[in-house]
Amino acid sequence: MVTVLTETNSVETNAAASTTLWLGGDSLAAATGWELKPEGFCKDDVCVPVPAGQEDDFVRGDEVNASAFWTLMGKPAAATNDGDVWFLGEGANQRNDALASLEAPNFTLPDFTGQLHSLTDFRRKRVLLITWASW
Amino acid sequence: MDANIEAARPWVEEASPTFVTLIDQNHLLSSLYNMVNVPQAVWIDEQGRIVRPTESGGSIDILREFDFEAGAFKPEATERAATAKTTYLDAVKDWAVNGAASQYAFEPDAARSHVPVVSDAAMAAHAGFQLGQYLASQGRNEEAETIFARCREQHPDSWNIFRETTERMEGGIAAGEEFWNKVMSLGEKQYYASVDMDGMP
Repeated sequence: MVTVLTETNSVETNAAASTTLWLGGDSLAAATGWELKPEGFCKDDVCVPVPAGQEDDFVRGDEVNASAFWTLMGKPAAATNDGDVWFLGEGANQRNDALASLEAPNFTLPDFTGQLHSLTDFRRKRVLLITWASW
Repeated sequence: MDANIEAARPWVEEASPTFVTLIDQNHLLSSLYNMVNVPQAVWIDEQGRIVRPTESGGSIDILREFDFEAGAFKPEATERAATAKTTYLDAVKDWAVNGAASQYAFEPDAARSHVPVVSDAAMAAHAGFQLGQYLASQGRNEEAETIFARCREQHPDSWNIFRETTERMEGGIAAGEEFWNKVMSLGEKQYYASVDMDGMP
């Protein structure tokens, strides 16, 4: 059993805990929204081809090497030593491009009563997003 | 920007703000907006567009002007900090009233040039930090600590990661020896980056 986390999601998978994250079936899609198609790994309108000649490194039957794919995309993958929990993070290129577009990245977080709020709830208002901490 | 809801709750209850206060235990906003300290701010207009990217939210770098013997900041530094805060708040109010016509709202090209660029190492630190937070929530504290130590090395500019994961004093403030050592080793760097705004001291 391997837990796969992203910034917005958490999925329990039947993968084997290892230093490489092989995900079967639709686990990759469930965790990240990316899925393997004939064109390569695809999400929304984007497809990343499996490097020619390296198919065996990335695909094994109905399993895909999610950690290798994540590295291929230039995104960080953090894991416990045993590989029983993985965090698939966003990459610097994607983050820098997103911020350079000046479209404020959306997020959903709870208030102190547990009620969820999204940035998009505040459309048609000017928003000062400001941080503080108890520490 | 608090991993511990109960540490933050008394502050919110005391202030009883009219605005929405959210709890960001995993420092998601640090990752999304390339934030490294508190307070930092982003101005977002009615169409969800950034008109002022991540910047110091009214605070300026006076930490090294703390007089340890007196137990307070030097008066001149305190005055400068107060001026900075007032200037920033007045700018926010001006924008609240005038919107895009405010001199403080950047045009797109200017806004783009003010977006702080994030590194691969810093994004790796954000991934590790969020993994560590999950492990800590599962009681796997030793593993979390090891991961947090690596995050601090990967993203040394992040005071959010540093102060969330290092020693706290009795009042809950991360201002112990480790913190001051890191402050004193800033050299030319600023604890709070200067804000590009008219009137900022």
